[in-house]
Parts: sequence; structure tokens; C-alpha cells
Amino acid sequence: MLAESLFFSAVLFVIGVVGVLTRRNAIIVFMCVELMLNAVNLAFVAFAQVYGVAGQVFVFFVMTVAAAEAAVGLAIIIALFRHNQTVNLQQINLLKG
Amino acid sequence: MLLQNVQSSASQALAGTAAQWLWAVPLLPLAGFVINGVLALIAPTHFGPADPALARADDATHATHEAHDGAHSADVGAGAEHDHADVAARHRFAGITSFVGPAVLILSFLLSAVIFWQYKSVAGDSHEPFIQTYFMWIPAGDLQVSASLMLDQLSLVMLLVVTGVGALIHIFSVGYMREDPGYPRYFAYLNLFVFFMLVLVLGANYPVMFVGWEGVGLCSYLLIGFWFSDKANADAGKKAFIANRIGDFGFLVAMFMLFANFGTLDFDGLQAAMNGVTAGGALVTTICLFLFLGCTGKSAQIPLYVWLPDAMAGPTPVSALIHAATMVTAGVYLIARSHFLFALAPVASLTVVVIGALTAIFAATIGLKQWDIKKVLAYSTVSQLGYMFVGVGAGAYGAGIFHLVTHSFFKALLFLGSGSVIYAMHRAYHATHSHDDAQDMRNMGGLRRFTPVTFGLMWIATLAIAGIPPFAGFFSKDEILAAVFARARESALADARWLGIPGNFVLYACYVLGLAAALLTAIYMTRMMLYTFHGPNRTGEKEREHLREAPWVMTGPLVVLGILSAIGGWLNLPEFLPIGPVGTLEHWLDPVVGESALRLTKGVAPEIAPSLEYALVGAAVAIAVIGMWIAWSRLKPEVLVPKAQAKPEEGFERVLEHKYYVDELYDDTIVRPTYSVSRNLLWRGIDVGLIDGLMVNGSAWFARGVGWIGSALQSGQVGTYAWVLVLGVLAVVSAVTLR
Repeated sequence: MLAESLFFSAVLFVIGVVGVLTRRNAIIVFMCVELMLNAVNLAFVAFAQVYGVAGQVFVFFVMTVAAAEAAVGLAIIIALFRHNQTVNLQQINLLKG
Repeated sequence: MLLQNVQSSASQALAGTAAQWLWAVPLLPLAGFVINGVLALIAPTHFGPADPALARADDATHATHEAHDGAHSADVGAGAEHDHADVAARHRFAGITSFVGPAVLILSFLLSAVIFWQYKSVAGDSHEPFIQTYFMWIPAGDLQVSASLMLDQLSLVMLLVVTGVGALIHIFSVGYMREDPGYPRYFAYLNLFVFFMLVLVLGANYPVMFVGWEGVGLCSYLLIGFWFSDKANADAGKKAFIANRIGDFGFLVAMFMLFANFGTLDFDGLQAAMNGVTAGGALVTTICLFLFLGCTGKSAQIPLYVWLPDAMAGPTPVSALIHAATMVTAGVYLIARSHFLFALAPVASLTVVVIGALTAIFAATIGLKQWDIKKVLAYSTVSQLGYMFVGVGAGAYGAGIFHLVTHSFFKALLFLGSGSVIYAMHRAYHATHSHDDAQDMRNMGGLRRFTPVTFGLMWIATLAIAGIPPFAGFFSKDEILAAVFARARESALADARWLGIPGNFVLYACYVLGLAAALLTAIYMTRMMLYTFHGPNRTGEKEREHLREAPWVMTGPLVVLGILSAIGGWLNLPEFLPIGPVGTLEHWLDPVVGESALRLTKGVAPEIAPSLEYALVGAAVAIAVIGMWIAWSRLKPEVLVPKAQAKPEEGFERVLEHKYYVDELYDDTIVRPTYSVSRNLLWRGIDVGLIDGLMVNGSAWFARGVGWIGSALQSGQVGTYAWVLVLGVLAVVSAVTLR
């Protein structure tokens, strides 16, 4: 059971990473970040079956942080869109040195 | 204040006499330097421009006139330059300087004279020098050098010559330079020179002497380039300075070797240390040769003599004081002072003799064909310095110093006389606004009618330098030649081998060279007198009316020097001519150099049979007379044309006129390669290429390149950052797990 859960978690995480790396739409990238967080949550839950409930407590923390992040992140994306009229990350390079 | 710290050598009977005031002798000229220097410095800052050319620049007529003068000739009584009632030209402090400048020297001379009389009466034959130590100058481990002055028979002679002749030349300068805008500056330099010269002759160890040695070099540089707005003068100053630097290198190396091997640099201590040194050793010979390299620089001997003729770019009294009477004789003094070294190194002593003899004949031949009156005298000085080196090199220290003294009389007289002539010529040309060369003998001629005092006195000096009895030069020159002849017959020098040649052969050859140089001396000096003072006048119709004798302040010192040139020989009469006390100077110097001189002659005073002696003296006098007769009969001032119409010389005469092309040779073999190495390797290669290019600009380029890479990574593309992040995490994770 643990092995399957971890495998599933890893697949989800990789999907998230690939999405972050390859997609250009900021919202999709953002969703992929959420996917990675959830993959981690899954791993925590799976380990909790073996090592005790600390893992499940952690999941709540992660979900709380993820919710806060979603609120701030989406607000940033809206502000970016208002500024640039686009959410295409390749056209946004405000961090260019 | 200074005196409280002074420690005098206690054994001396001189304590409590005027010798206690020895420190004041050099300090007086130093005070003069300070006063005149301050005057020169404050005049432009507090009282408007010192240079009248600047002050009158807005005055159109005068400005063009001034530009005229500026373009015109180098040397020469700038004094005379502004003399037609142009009072603005005179420096505002000229009055004070005219008093202070010579006064300090006269006081210094009087003090020296008092010290001399006391020394003579109390310690005339003392073997122990009187040393005053003021403070520890360089206390560095084993090297203990004190600032101390030393008084002995040798330094007393130099003291009297420097302050005495110096005072006369200072007085002459008042007349010659008074109208110059840089008058206080001139006297500041001149006083400073005397200070350093006195430090040189009074120093009790080599380092103190070296301070004076460098100081006189500095003042020589400053005074050669006194009219520095003319590039030729500034270049001449640089040439003198650089040639002297080469010699100073030798002096320094000799000092290092002395300290490394004997652990002291005091004359006293070194003389004591020489007791255990074997004669003719490689060490002492090397030291002596390095010392002699220093002498060739300072005293203008082959191969470093080239700066002295160029040094004539300075004011004429400077040529008389520094480049004839005192500074250039420092090398002779150095060898006499280092007698305890040279007496142990026959090979080095022979080298001194050979170089001296070669220089004497070489410079004399060049003097035959010079047209500039000061150049003739400059080459004559080089030649006479050669004589002095022949004397001290042969171990006849007394004879060398004797010639140094008499030469300072008659050569100072000749130079000041030429200064008086140039002064008159320049005034005449100035009055008519002519731009002819006031120093060229082809423009002179017949001056005896216009400057009779100078004419008469210059003839005395000419007879003296040519070696006609009973004038001073006859005795000193004859003594040197006799000494060389005697030592060629029997001495440590004659037994030594010089470059494989037997010493006695070398000495005989040098004796012959000396005689030949005496012949040439008589010829070129008579030629100079003939072209300057005799025959028709070639100055020009208009100028002739303005030629007249210099004022008394200039002729006065000339008269004193004339008397000294005439009777200077009585200082040291030879035994075969007992018309007074015999060998005074020789006996006076005996406590200092006697032992070393005897060592070179193997313990016995050199003797020449009276008949042979008379023959030698007769030959020398005959040669001088023949030389003067040749010049008098062959050279016709009547057919000489002024410089502007003169034809170029042909053949060997042309070689002589161009000074054997030695300057050109040095230029091609040393100056130009140095320039080219400096320019191409040191400047373009190392400075511009390596330092500026690779180091300075290279580090800038490196920083810029690294920055460019960094800024290229900061693309602002989130995707890129994410990639880098992921790869980094993968790298870390794999590093941790695969460890």
C-alpha cells in the first residue's frame, strides 16, 4: 500500500514539475505548483500510516499554507495581467537583471 | 646649541682654539643660501612677478624687444642683457643679495684663514686629524656613521682654496649677474654649492663626503640650467647630472665594499684597518677602481668627460667656480684623501695615471679647434684635470694637490677673464641689437685696446697654464712630470704590470703624453689669446664703440687672481730652484699623505740627479715656448673672418672641431639604444602592454566579462529560473544520495 501511494505521489510531483517547467501560462504553472504540494501531501499521508499521525498534522499545515499561497498568488497574477495584458510568462521579464 | 653636543678628539692641542668654530665654516654659506633662497621665493608671491618680461608683457614695444632677446643666445651675461637703464629688469632684492651672497663667503674665508694659522702654529705637523662629531647620523647595527667634520693638513688646503677662490668669484658675480632677474636664486645656488663643497672636503667619513659630493652635483645641475627657459641649457644640466650619476654608482659600490670588508667608513678607521691588507690585492684594487669611476664622473675624465664642455651653458662665474676651480677637482681630492687605499693598489694607481694622461692629451687636441672661448677653456680644464690625476695616480699626492691649487688660481682667472670679455661683447651687441655670438672668438679680435686690464691678466694666466716660469703653472706642472719620471725609474708602480704592460714603460709613456699635452696647451692657449685680444677687431663697426672694460667689482677679483697666478708657485718651490722656502706645500701635506707616497716609492724619496732634473725642466720649458711660438707664428688673426662668413673646416681639423665625434658616438651607442629600449620595451612593451594592458585594463575586462555572463543569466524568464532550480535540486539530491 505504501509503495503504491509513494509511486503515485512521485508521478504527481513529476507531472507538477514538468508543468512548471514547460507551460507558459502563469495560471497553469500556478496549478502545477498546487499539484506538487498535493503530491507532497499524499506522501505525508502515506508515511503517516507507518510512522504515526505527525504526517497527517503536517498535511493540514501544508493545506493552510497552500490556501494562503493561492490567495496571494492569484492576486499577483491578476495584478500582472492588469499591468501587462497577458499572463504569458515568456513576455513577463520584470526580474531581468 | 650645536656646540654643546660636539665632541672633539681630545688628544688634539687644538681644543679651545678657533678650530672649535669649524662648524661655522660650512654653515655660513648655508645661511646665505637660506636668506637668498627666501628672497627668491617671496619676491614673486608677495611683490608681483619677479620676471620683468612678465611684468612688462603688456608694454608692446618692450615685449617685442624682449622676445628678440629671448631668441638670442644662450649663455652670456644676462647681466648685460638689460643694462640700458632698464631698471625694471633688476630683481627687487638685488641690493640685499649683493651684500649677503659674497659676505658669507668672505666671512667663511676669514674664519678658515684664522683656523689655518692656529692649526699651523699648534698642530702643523700633527699626524692626528682634528675631528668634530656633532651627532650619530646612521646608527644601524654594525654601520655607525656619525655626522662629523675633520680638519687635517689636506682638508685645510682645500678649505682655503674653496672659500678663497669662491669668495673672489662671488664678488665677480655681483658685477656679472646683478641685472639678471633671477639674481637671488643665482646666489642661493652658489652659496649652497659652497656649503656642499665644504661638506665634501671636511667630511670625516665617506658617507658625509658623499653628501657633499651629491650636493655639489645637484648645485652644478641647477646652475648649468640656470637659464632653463632655453632647452639647450636644461639639456646640458641633465647631461651633467646623468654622467655624474654613473660615476656616483662607482663611489657607492666602493663604499659598500669598504664597509662589507672593513666594517667602517671613517677615514681614520679605514687607514688603521689597512695595516693588515696586503698590497696589490684584488679587493683593494677593485675598490680603488670603483672610487676612480666616481672620480671620472665628477672630475670629467675619459670616458665621462663629455658633460663638462656642455656645462659651459651656465653663467660664466659658475664655470669658473664649479667647472674649473673647485667641484671638478673633487675627484683629485678624493684620491688624495683615499691615499691609504691607492697606495696599496699599484694597478689602480697606474690606471689613474693612464686615464689622466690620455685625457690630458685628448682634451688638449680638441681645445685646438674650438671657436667658443669658453669651450676652449672647458677642454683646457679637462686636460689640466688629467694632469692632476697623473700626479695623484703616480703617488705624488702633494704635486697633484699643488697643481689643483695653482690651477684653481689661473683657471678661475681665465674663466672670469672670459666672463669679462663676454660681458663686454654682449653689452656691445646688445647696444646695437645685433644677434651675433658673443662667445665666438671669430667675432672678437683686438680686444686688448678695449679691455686692457682683462687682457693683461689673461696673459698672466695663459703664461701660467702654459708652464712658463716663474708663473704658478710652471712649478706645479713640472713637479707632476718630474714625479712621473722619477717613479718610472724606481717605484712600486714601475714594478707592477698594467694590462700586461710593464709599469715603468706605462709611466714613461704617460710622461711623454704629458709633455705633448703641455705643448698643445701652450698652442691652444696662445691661439685663444691671439684671436681674442690681438689682431684687428671683427666685432663690427657699430659695436666697436660700445666695447669697454668691465666695472671694478669684476676686475678687482681678476687682479687678486692674477697676483696669485703669478706667485702661486712659491707655495711649493722645487729643490733645484731655491728662491724661497722649498717644498712648503709638500712638507705641509707630509703628515697626511707622506706615508702612502713613500710606500709607493718603496720607502725612499724619489731622487733625480740635478743634471737630469735641469734637462727635464729645460725640455718642459722649451716645449712650452715652442708651443707658444708655433701658435704665434702660424696663426694669423689678420686673416680670420667673423663667424657668419667662416668656411667649414676640412679633414682632421673638422674631426677636432667636432670633438672626435665622441658625443655622436655616445649618442649612437648608448643614448639611442637606451631610448629605443626604453621606448619600445619598457614603455610600449612593459608599461603600456603588460601593466596598462594586461594588469589594469585586463582586470577591468575580466570583471566586465564575468558581469556580462551574470547579467545574461538574469533573463527575467521565470522558466529559466525554474529550470536552474530544478537542476540544482537534482544535483544536490543526487550528490547526497549517490555519496
